[in-house]
Amino acid sequence: MPALTLSGLRKSYAGKEVLRGLDLSIYRGECFGLLGPNGAGKTTTLRLCLGLTTPDSGNITVLDQAIPMFARQTRIRIGVVPQFDSLDPDFSIRENLLIFGRYFDIPDAMLNSRIPDLLEFAGLSNRGDAGIRSLSGGMKRRLSLARALINDPELIFLDEPTTGLDPQARHIIWERLRQLLKMGKTLLLTTHFMEEAERLCQRIAIIDHGTLIAVGEPQALIGQHIEPQVVEVFGDGAAAWATQHAAQLADRCENTGETYFLYSRDPAALIVELERSKTLRFLHRRASLEDVFLKLTGRELRD
Amino acid sequence: MNSQWAIPQLSWRFRHIWQRNSLVWRKLAIPSMLGNLADPLLYMLGLGYGLGRMLETVDGISYIGFLASGIICSSTMMSASFETMYSGFSRMHIQKTWETLLNAPLTLDDVVLGELIWAASKSFLSGCAVLIVATALGLVPSWLAVIVLPVILLTGLAFSSLGLIMTALSPSYDFFMYYFTLGVTPMMLLCGVFFPLEQLPLFAQQLAQCLPLTHAVSLVRPLVHGMVPTHYFLNIAVLSLYTVIGFYLALACTRRRLLQ
Repeated sequence: MPALTLSGLRKSYAGKEVLRGLDLSIYRGECFGLLGPNGAGKTTTLRLCLGLTTPDSGNITVLDQAIPMFARQTRIRIGVVPQFDSLDPDFSIRENLLIFGRYFDIPDAMLNSRIPDLLEFAGLSNRGDAGIRSLSGGMKRRLSLARALINDPELIFLDEPTTGLDPQARHIIWERLRQLLKMGKTLLLTTHFMEEAERLCQRIAIIDHGTLIAVGEPQALIGQHIEPQVVEVFGDGAAAWATQHAAQLADRCENTGETYFLYSRDPAALIVELERSKTLRFLHRRASLEDVFLKLTGRELRD
Repeated sequence: MNSQWAIPQLSWRFRHIWQRNSLVWRKLAIPSMLGNLADPLLYMLGLGYGLGRMLETVDGISYIGFLASGIICSSTMMSASFETMYSGFSRMHIQKTWETLLNAPLTLDDVVLGELIWAASKSFLSGCAVLIVATALGLVPSWLAVIVLPVILLTGLAFSSLGLIMTALSPSYDFFMYYFTLGVTPMMLLCGVFFPLEQLPLFAQQLAQCLPLTHAVSLVRPLVHGMVPTHYFLNIAVLSLYTVIGFYLALACTRRRLLQ
């Protein structure tokens, strides 16, 4: 049985359809990434899975339980790392874990035996009595993650877990998430960072305008949707050069501002041509998940 | 189940919310208690002794004795209103405490009930503090005043319910000023806290009969002086209705705000 199944999920807010028939399955023990531009329906999907709002139609099954009917009972087995830290500023680090654990009716003795391990997991072992206001952004996020583990959940929802963190803090979060996967947890994360999705997730789904537009393993999606090589061209005269050469030398060309993205199966001739130019600059790289994402969801701004 | 007007699902799980809020309060209990007590005591002592000098008696008792029973009620109202609105809004909207509770196996019904009982408990302490000071000053002549305790609790519940409606509707802290200006202050003046209702024009007396604070004062004042309130059944019924209907409306508005 999958850890989570959504079928035909629809949800409107004030007449605007946020989800338009979303179908999705997440397997036990995998890290699944939910990607999509702002407003694609990612956070709504998480809220629906937690039973915090009801779908207009469609079915949700989480850990073999029907949602929202059994949402409260199912949340006992779920951990949630919210997008914005919601730690209790009036409590110390240890109290944050203890008091959150009590919401699950876990006895204090058991909580007190779990808390040292969770503090260690968060890298905050010697700071248990410190206040929340003294913590950096990365520490707060690690504590949020540790708090989500207080009930030893089978399934963990992470809403943009590394947004706003510096690279060091981000790498530590990634390392912790891999530890959780080794422990057999199922992770569902939403993210804007394609690198994050590519590194962590066994499978990802790209949703846009409330429907699923692609799902699969990151490498498979890259192979399936896009040419394997990318040459980014920029610098003086890039526009004129692209109009003249792009069509013959590349399979496909896209443009954002002053940069031209040339997608190609074999860019050898393209690179020879570019090297002859004195003013153009270029970057040759393998196609990434971000290229797939931009191809499928478009390059225009989503505000 | 999430429908806005569904029947409230009451559960003992509300104690988790109550316990969380009381742990925060305990960290600041003494300054908080003194702060809550200062304002009502200033009114009671300032007006009671100052204005009281000029008056023989009011309804057959000393003015300060008359005023004390009114201040017990208004202090309870103030405390319940501040707790549900300013502190409640902070927990709901600013600190995202309610969001955290909803990610745990608790429901919004648990959260709103927990906030109601918590604010009522806190306002109960405020009302009791005034009662204790009044007793120490010799202003509470009867043992019947013990029955004031459950009345304070009921008064706290009624005003907490009303405050929670405002919290559910409020876009920001500024919104609460309307409630204080249009609701709380008129009640302070119309409901018999500072002077007997009979001093008001008839239409104002009739309006006052619709307001919860009038009914709290109508219960507390006779009890403090050893008399059984004339219309105690009506008074209790009005405060209970404000509690029950207010809670239901507060829950419905909060569901619409947070669960849609």
